[in-house]
Amino acid sequence: MKVGLFIPCYINQLYPQVGIATLELLEKLGVDVYYPQGQTCCGQPLGNSGYEDDSKGACQVFVENFKAYDYIVGPSGSCIYHVKHHFDILEQTPEVKRVRNNAYELCEFIVKILGKTDIGASFPYKVGLHKSCHGLRGLKLGSCSEVMGEHFSTEEDLLNEVKGLQLMPLNRKDECCGFGGTFSVFEEAISVKMGKDRIKDHLDSDVQVITGADHSCLMHLEGLINRNKQPLKVMHIAEILNSSL
Amino acid sequence: MNHAEKAEVFNKDEAKVNWHDKALWYVREKRDTSAHKVQGWEYLRELGSSIKANVLSNLDEYLIQFETNAKKNGVHVHWASNAEEHNNIINSILEKHQAKKVVKSKSMLTEECHLNPFLEKKGIEVIDTDLGERIVQLAEEPPSHIVLPAIHKTKEEVDVLFQEHLNTKPSQGNPEYLVSEARKHLRDKFLKADVAITGVNFAIANTGGFVVCTNEGNADMGVHLSKVHIACMGIEKIIPQEKHLGVFLRLLARSATGQPITTYSSHFNKPDDGKEMHIVIVDNGRTEQLSREDFRASLHCIRCGACMNTCPIYRRSGGHSYDYAIPGPIGSILSPGKDMKKHSSLPFASTLCGSCSNVCPVKINIHEQLYKWRQVIVKEQKQPVVKKSILKVAGVVLSKPSLYGLAGKSARFALKHFPRFMIYNKLNAWGKARDLPEVKNENFDEWYKKRNKNG
Repeated sequence: MKVGLFIPCYINQLYPQVGIATLELLEKLGVDVYYPQGQTCCGQPLGNSGYEDDSKGACQVFVENFKAYDYIVGPSGSCIYHVKHHFDILEQTPEVKRVRNNAYELCEFIVKILGKTDIGASFPYKVGLHKSCHGLRGLKLGSCSEVMGEHFSTEEDLLNEVKGLQLMPLNRKDECCGFGGTFSVFEEAISVKMGKDRIKDHLDSDVQVITGADHSCLMHLEGLINRNKQPLKVMHIAEILNSSL
Repeated sequence: MNHAEKAEVFNKDEAKVNWHDKALWYVREKRDTSAHKVQGWEYLRELGSSIKANVLSNLDEYLIQFETNAKKNGVHVHWASNAEEHNNIINSILEKHQAKKVVKSKSMLTEECHLNPFLEKKGIEVIDTDLGERIVQLAEEPPSHIVLPAIHKTKEEVDVLFQEHLNTKPSQGNPEYLVSEARKHLRDKFLKADVAITGVNFAIANTGGFVVCTNEGNADMGVHLSKVHIACMGIEKIIPQEKHLGVFLRLLARSATGQPITTYSSHFNKPDDGKEMHIVIVDNGRTEQLSREDFRASLHCIRCGACMNTCPIYRRSGGHSYDYAIPGPIGSILSPGKDMKKHSSLPFASTLCGSCSNVCPVKINIHEQLYKWRQVIVKEQKQPVVKKSILKVAGVVLSKPSLYGLAGKSARFALKHFPRFMIYNKLNAWGKARDLPEVKNENFDEWYKKRNKNG
C-alpha cells in the first residue's frame, strides 16, 4: 500500500509542525508514505469564492501529483472534501476518479483503512474537540447533532485512546467556528463573532487545548485566542496523536 | 448595503446578538428533542423530499387536478403569473365586494408580492393577525423570520410599541399583559373585517382542499367571521393526496418549533353557505426556478424556518440583514433567482457548514446550492476588482508549483519581517480582530528536503 501525503498549502507555509506530525504519525503506524514534490493547493479557496473555473489548473496539478498512489492522506477535512466532491469540474478520467475515491482525511484513514484507534499516544491535558463542518457534515467523520441516529465520531475514537487525555463535553457540540475560507474576511464581523462564541464554549467547559482535524478552523480560533490573550492552546489532532508526553 | 455590511451593523450590539442567537438556538434544540421522539425521522424526511420531487416533476397535472376539484367544491380559482397580477386579482375581488377592511393571517407569498403596501395605497386597511406579524406591522418593519416574524424584538421593545399604538400601560414587557391587550385589539379587527386573506401550507390535488397551519387560530377566526376568504398560494404548495398530510404536518411543526403538531391545522374545502372562497395560484418566478436544474429542489421548501434557526450566520446577523422576504439559508438560494444583482451577496453569507441541509425536513441540499450560486454569480455579476484580481492570480499561481513556491516564500518573508503596521491595517480584514499565524523559519517543503538529505 503506497500512500501519498497531501500537505495543504496553508499547512505547508504556516503550520509545518502539523505536516511533520502527520508524516511521523503515519510512519509510526508502519505506512509506506511518500511526499510528492510540487504540491500547491486543492483549489478550495477559489471554488468556495465562486471561482471554480479558475481552480482547474490547481486541481490538475493535484491529480498529477497523486494519481500513482493507492491512498491520498491529508490532515485537513475540508481540503479532502473539496477533492472528493468538487473535482467534478475536471474531465472524469480514470486518474481523476481514482484520486477522488482514494483521498482520505487523516483520522478517517487511521480508523477506517488501518483499523486502529489506539496508537500509543499520551497527552495529559483537558482537550476540547472542534468538529470542523466539512469533515463532519461533508465527509461524515461523525454523527451530526441535527441528524437522528446513533452517535459516532472518528476523532473521538482516536482521542479516547490517548493516555491521560480528558475529552471535555461542549455545550454546542458541532457548531461552525465561522472560518469559512474567504468568508472570514468578506463577512469579517460574523466570522469573528462565531469564533469568539466557539472559544467561549471551550473556556466554559474547562478546556486547556482545542484540537480538530482541520487546521484552517484552528488558525481562525488561534488568531482570536492570541489577540485576546486567552488561556487556551490550539493543536492539530495529528500533533496530539503524535505526542508521548 | 450588502449582507456583510448589514450584519456588521447588527453586531454593534453584542448583547442583543447573544440574545438573538440564544433564542433561536433554543428553538433549534426543541426541534432536535422533538424529532428524536419520532422513530424513523430520517425516513420521514426522505419521504417528504420524494413526494415534493414527484410534485415538481408533475406540477402541471397536479395543478389542473387541484383547480378542477376546487371548482367542483364551489371555490373560485385564479391564476397569477407574477406579483402584480396577484395583487390586482385580490384588489378586484375586494372591489367587487366593496371591501375596505381586510384581516390577513401569515402568508410569506403576500410578503413576497408586497400586497400590504399595494392595498394600503388603495385606501384599504390590512391587518396582519398573527401576533408576531402584527408587531412588525406596527413597527413598520418586514418580518425577520418566516415563522417568528418579530424574533428580533425583545418584549420590552414590544411594550413600548404597544404603548404607542394600542394605548397600553407600561408593563416592563409583561408577556401575559401584552398578549391579552393584543388579543382585544385583534378581536375588534376580526369582527369588523370584510375579507379574510390567508396563505396556504398544503393544497391537495385530489380533493381541491387546502390546509393552513397556525398556532394562534387566527386564520380560522378571520375566515369564519368574514364573508369572503381569499387564499394565496405559490404553485409549489401542491401535494398529490390528502394522505400525504400525514408526512408533511408531522415534519412541519417539529421542524419549525419542536411542537408535535401546529395548534391549528385548518382544513378548508368549500365556502360556507352564502360566502365566497377564492384561491389565487401564483407563479412569480417559480417556473423559472423550476427550469434551473441545480436549483430546482429549492422549491421543495415547506417554509418551516428550521434552516434559519440552525444557521450560525442567521442567528448572529438577524433576518433583516438578508433584505429579502425569506431570509436565511433558504432565502439565499431563492432570492438570486428573483433578482441576482440585488441579492448577489446572499449566497456568500455562509460558511457552507451544511447544518441547513441537515435540518431541512424536505432535504433541500441548501449548502450545495449556495456553492453553485456563487459560481453563477461570479460569472454573471460584476465583481469587486480587488477580490477578483486576487482570486484570478491565485488560480494561476496555484497551477504552477514553481510560482507557488516563490509566492509562499515571499508571503512568509513579509509576515515575518515587515513591521506590524504594514501587516495590520485597514486592508487586512483578517487582522482587525485576529492575529496572523506566527511564521516558522521553514515551511514543510523545506523541512522535508532537509530531512531527506540528512536521513
